Amino acid sequence: MSLKEKDYMPREELQSLQLKRLKETVERAYHLVPFYRKKFDEAGIKPSDVKSLEDLKRLPFTTKQDLRDNYPFGLFAVPLEQVVRIHSSSGTTGKPTVVGYTRHDLSVWTEVMVRTYLMADVNEKDIVHNAYGYGLFTGGLGFHYGAEAIGASVVPASGGFTKRQLMLMKDFGATVLCCTPSFALHLAEVAKEEGYNLKEDFRLRAGFFGAEPASKALKETVAEEWGIQYVEAYGLSEIIGPGVAASCKHGNLHVFEDHFIPEVIDPETGEVLPDGEEGELVLTTLTKQALPMIRYRTKDITVIHREPCPCGRTILYIESIKGRADDMLIVNGVNVFPSQVEHVIAKVEGVTPNYVIVVDKKGVLDKLEVWVEVDESILKDGVGTLERLQRKLEEELLNNLYINAKVKLVEPKTLERSMGKAKRIVDRRQLEGGR
Amino acid sequence: MRGKFAVKQISVFLENRRGRLADVARALSEAEVNIRALFLADSSEFGILRLVVNNPEKARAVLSAEGFAASETDVFAVEVEDRPGGFYKVVKTLSENGIDVEYTYAFAGASNRAILFFKVPDSEFDRALELLSNEGHKLVEAAEFYT
Ligand SMILES: [Zn+2]
Repeated sequence: MSLKEKDYMPREELQSLQLKRLKETVERAYHLVPFYRKKFDEAGIKPSDVKSLEDLKRLPFTTKQDLRDNYPFGLFAVPLEQVVRIHSSSGTTGKPTVVGYTRHDLSVWTEVMVRTYLMADVNEKDIVHNAYGYGLFTGGLGFHYGAEAIGASVVPASGGFTKRQLMLMKDFGATVLCCTPSFALHLAEVAKEEGYNLKEDFRLRAGFFGAEPASKALKETVAEEWGIQYVEAYGLSEIIGPGVAASCKHGNLHVFEDHFIPEVIDPETGEVLPDGEEGELVLTTLTKQALPMIRYRTKDITVIHREPCPCGRTILYIESIKGRADDMLIVNGVNVFPSQVEHVIAKVEGVTPNYVIVVDKKGVLDKLEVWVEVDESILKDGVGTLERLQRKLEEELLNNLYINAKVKLVEPKTLERSMGKAKRIVDRRQLEGGR
Repeated sequence: MRGKFAVKQISVFLENRRGRLADVARALSEAEVNIRALFLADSSEFGILRLVVNNPEKARAVLSAEGFAASETDVFAVEVEDRPGGFYKVVKTLSENGIDVEYTYAFAGASNRAILFFKVPDSEFDRALELLSNEGHKLVEAAEFYT
């Protein structure tokens, strides 16, 4: 079977392969990793209880905290002699998470990256400009080896040096760009400032973008500015790195299901949700040796679709990641992500990007306020301008998020900041023991 | 004309929280900035304080350092007799010539003179100065406020 054919396997064949691999993974994890054995024992489950794919939902979850608690190598299922590569995520809080690969794991990774590239039919004639960071981060090497395996010419540009990257992209005639969506936009902006004509001076035809959530508007802008096919590449180092899922020409983010089983759960109760419902993505690896992951909670919010995709792939697809479960707020039954609020604020002039979302109870209803710091530039005009700005923000929030929010303009530097991530949510509902 | 008559006004954003106005006054007083005229426009939740001071650059630096959103805007000042009709004559000249007054404020100075401050659209600033001066109004030089 060619690599591409794996995306088109008959469902029954795929499911029996998944079940076989799931059983093997559970056996190995239970017998080789004390952490898994303890968790299974506590839950009263034995590997032999896994008789069908339906039984997956009986298994306990694994979290990022479990990786941290077992830092650095506690969850490895093979001795270090068999580990040929180690990657690590930069931990913003506490210890970083560490992931390891056997030679077999690296070949699985390369395979799913090749299948990612095939979403835009990348071949040996392509020149792949890889601007993902090389190093501990999985982005750089993941995209690198996938393109090399195809036989394309890879330019390992890594991050930074925007102007030099543009020069190389033009001079080498790059046809494929790999980077984060925000860097793709930045490249386009700098290129225009430098006087390049994006469509005439460059030969790009496709781009593979991931490692951060991107709004629909950002994706469309990147695709239009560069005139390319936008392929979304989804993955996380705990599972393998990039290569968990990639979007086809119809924009559907297909999961490479013969290697990873996706589930969507209610982040609060842990219940598996029916297809089509929004919740937290949970992934189980089926072929990883060094670091098998059973029901890993990604904290990413998405929806599973099993209806057929016009591209003909039989593997299911998920929706583009909407945000992090950690950050999700439920306000009067509507899911609200700070990133959505951020997009609204970014589009409106007169306020800074600094904001805080404050949720409170008013009777039985939740009351939402968005506090935004004003920008000095707007003070030249009268108070009426500020009031119009307030109303405009409220309207935009209603149109884009379907929530009635009260916008409050505040003085600069009054909103709390921390070194890394700003605190964006103040939820006062819990204080009253309401929920 | 603009260079001579453009008065640098400081606009400060204030939340309607107790003590914020006092904070502005304290900061300026500690920096020995003298307030020549002020005007507060507010809604139920916030206000914009307009200040004409003797040292606009210093005032703005001090306020920014204290965490206020402060910006500089050009306004102009007209001296009128402190009696009924003084304000009307100036406004009439501007409105008859289609110049919108975005906001205005006044203070009654020494003897029987009053000073009016006007903010007009930036694109109309020079025309407003010329019109007023041609019609015999007395424009006040910016330097008179900066001492
Ligand atoms: Zn498809």
